Amino acid sequence: MSLALRRHTVLPGFGIALGFTLLYLSLIVLIPLSATFLKTFSLTWEAFWTAVTAPRVLASYRLTFGASFLAAGINAVFGLLVAWVLVRYRFPGKRIVDAFVDLPFALPTAVAGIALAAVYSTNGWIGSLFAPYGIKIAFTPLGVLVALTFIGLPFVVRTVQPVLEDLEPELEEAAATLGASRLQTFAKIVFPTLLPALLTGFALAFARAIGEYGSVIFIAGNLPMVSEITPLLIITKLEQYDYAGATALAVVMLLISFTLLLIINLLQWWARRRRAAP
Amino acid sequence: MTEAVLDPRFTLPVRTVEKATAEPRWVRLVLIGLALAFLGIFLFVPLAAVFYEALRKGVGVYWQAVIEPDALAAVRLTLLAAAISVPLNLVFGVAAAWAIAKFEFRGKNLLITLIDLPFSVSPVIAGLIFVLVFGLQGWFGEWLRDHDLKIIFAVPGIVLATIFVTFPFVARELIPLMQAQGTEEEEAAVVLGASGWQTLWRVTLPNVKWGLLYGVILSNARAMGEFGAVSVVSGHIRGLTNTLPLHVEILYNEYQFAAAFATASLLALLALVTLVLKVWVERRFAD
Amino acid sequence: MSIEVKNVNRRFGSFAALDDVSLEVQTGELLALLGPSGSGKTTLLRVIAGLETVDSGQVLFHGEDATSQHVRERRVGFVFQHYALFRHMSIFENVAFGLRVRPKQERPSESEIRRKVMELLELVQLDWLADRYPHQLSGGQRQRIALARALAVEPRVLLLDEPFGALDAKVRKELRTWLRRLHDEMHITSVFVTHDQDEALEVSDRVVVMNEGRIQQVGTPQEVYDHPVNAFVYQFLGNVNLFHGRMDEGTALIGPAGLPVPAHGEVGVGAAVAYARPHDIEVVRPKLGELGIAARVEHLLAVGPIVRVDLRPDDSGAPIHAEIPRDQAAHLALAAGDRVLVRPRQVRVFAA
Repeated sequence: MSLALRRHTVLPGFGIALGFTLLYLSLIVLIPLSATFLKTFSLTWEAFWTAVTAPRVLASYRLTFGASFLAAGINAVFGLLVAWVLVRYRFPGKRIVDAFVDLPFALPTAVAGIALAAVYSTNGWIGSLFAPYGIKIAFTPLGVLVALTFIGLPFVVRTVQPVLEDLEPELEEAAATLGASRLQTFAKIVFPTLLPALLTGFALAFARAIGEYGSVIFIAGNLPMVSEITPLLIITKLEQYDYAGATALAVVMLLISFTLLLIINLLQWWARRRRAAP
Repeated sequence: MTEAVLDPRFTLPVRTVEKATAEPRWVRLVLIGLALAFLGIFLFVPLAAVFYEALRKGVGVYWQAVIEPDALAAVRLTLLAAAISVPLNLVFGVAAAWAIAKFEFRGKNLLITLIDLPFSVSPVIAGLIFVLVFGLQGWFGEWLRDHDLKIIFAVPGIVLATIFVTFPFVARELIPLMQAQGTEEEEAAVVLGASGWQTLWRVTLPNVKWGLLYGVILSNARAMGEFGAVSVVSGHIRGLTNTLPLHVEILYNEYQFAAAFATASLLALLALVTLVLKVWVERRFAD
Repeated sequence: MSIEVKNVNRRFGSFAALDDVSLEVQTGELLALLGPSGSGKTTLLRVIAGLETVDSGQVLFHGEDATSQHVRERRVGFVFQHYALFRHMSIFENVAFGLRVRPKQERPSESEIRRKVMELLELVQLDWLADRYPHQLSGGQRQRIALARALAVEPRVLLLDEPFGALDAKVRKELRTWLRRLHDEMHITSVFVTHDQDEALEVSDRVVVMNEGRIQQVGTPQEVYDHPVNAFVYQFLGNVNLFHGRMDEGTALIGPAGLPVPAHGEVGVGAAVAYARPHDIEVVRPKLGELGIAARVEHLLAVGPIVRVDLRPDDSGAPIHAEIPRDQAAHLALAAGDRVLVRPRQVRVFAA
């Protein structure tokens, strides 16, 4: 195989393994994905622009990106807290709690959606606590935020946790011997070390939230202009046989997702570099 | 050390100061409390609600919902989709990891990024792309219609969408693991006269079996639980193209809450089993 | 600034890291804590620093009880074995850290910080590295920066945990001499931990030998080397040969034949174990009337100015190691397999 850079290797199977990988990747991922871009070319630029900037669409962007950003922010704060508590403190049931952090990865989104809707509706366990104050959570944009926080919860915890575990205690001891308070040590030593991982986790949670569909639609209420997310709008357009319109929206979302993917890769590269340096 | 006997004087240590890098006790308690409260309202309460709502109308209603023919058909289709997509992605993951971890070639990093691509694509778009390719107005739409083949709004579409969303799971577990293990053992096997397949079966795969299993568990959970992508390509025909998550949605939208939560509780149990297996595999991993 | 440690105990589970340890560090001295791993030396250093708590006992700084004082308030300079430099900060910021975290009213001005940091960097001869980051420095440079950082807070005492442990042999030697010189200039009370007896004997004013959580001996390098109080100290401070025998009024009768050897030690009369350093072993050609332990040369190895000789005694006791000057070895013309007589010039005995 001429692609191989190594002058000589005794291991066999490079050609067949790479060949199969590329074929399968192309058939399942690359060719179907390229269909969205090709489909958009059937639209004129004006038609495309009108489709992706209609007021209802713009409202859905605002909600999707706004709620995703907020949810990722909440997860950055509380994910850091959860990671800290799980790594640094001992308390009964800690291992179970640790395992449950991955629940949003394992629980089907539809189940999460109906469960959150039930809990956060005005007569639900948690929703009823807020209802007397006139705060409605389920079936409002707040519900979207709750669902997106749920599905993004593991990302920050799981990116920060290993970095925190690897943090040498000597660094904090050194800061203490130099007179730093715990808070100063955290702000000046621990936090900067965790920052790349924290940002990576934030970006992962954000990227996941933008595309999320299943858990949101049950709790969102799905009112056009108010609580309608962009993925739902794509489905609505599909159901109206507006394939070109749906695809145009999909292309916008894909471009944003790919940009985020690039950012995440850069962040991970940064995090690795910072961890590798002695 | 010879004296392992505990002197009673030392069993109750007199600690006058906190350890140098520990927070005061009240800070620890507050932080633990906050973390648990956050996890409580976002994880534990909703999970408990699934089982509570499922059993609220009694075990009889629960059981009726679970053994109803449409529910059983949904279970069968869910199992089928997972049974096809997981092994396919497993084979792909091993092939991709073999090529990427054991050889050097140009564009490797790009390939790794492309393999991860399905993770950053919205499930809705994952469904949409197959509609664009195989749907009536898609590339192969007319050809498929002329040959009386149905992919979209039929089982093949559901399987394809499931394969897409679970595509990276095994590969992304195996690639870093096999990269870390290097090529020495494989080279030793080949020097000792093993063929390529023997090397793979007897050296490489046993070395990565826990990572492989980990990928399979996660991949299976996603395959059985996928909603968005499957929803787009399914057509929601009861008893025919409904997976369990779609069945939950239909029941919920028909206000059959007890039945919806009963079905959902099956999926929640699957999630719990997944978490238990995951922890178990991680333990084995650590050894 | 003197340090006093009084009856300190520290256990980790059932393991006694420090077992009733008392020690006085005098103002301005450079003290070495020497011992094998697990001897409690690092724990003791960390107890003095306040990084480790005690189960019972007291730590006094300049006569004042500091036991319950937090590490932040003790004003100690601590240098870690693996440097513990803050990798996201420049060298300058690392050294400045201790000044910047002071409460607002005590914090020096920016120009004062700059002056102070550069002064310290000049002291450790690394001022040209101020804008670099830790990962761009060599191990020896990092250790000197760690020292500068510890000195920035004007510590009352300087504590160093295996300061040269992570360095290669050559850098280690250089840094040792450098640390000694630096201490002679600054006269700051310093305690350093090491498991390397050469390092302890070469650098320090006094050596504290520790084992199994207890202090075995405290003294100048000369004292502990020449007059070890027990078998452990004797063995730990250099290679030894061990002979079983009896003690009789200043003479040890060693080996089955009862070879008389001048001896000093704690045993007057009775069964004893005699120790002799390799350079105190005499090797001669067998001659009629000459006394000695009959042995066979097993192996010869010339290392620098000395020749190491491995000997196997005829009575099939433990092998004997001798170190003899090169010219003497040449004069004897020893070869493997030769039969010789072995005689300790003097031994030190401890109760068997």
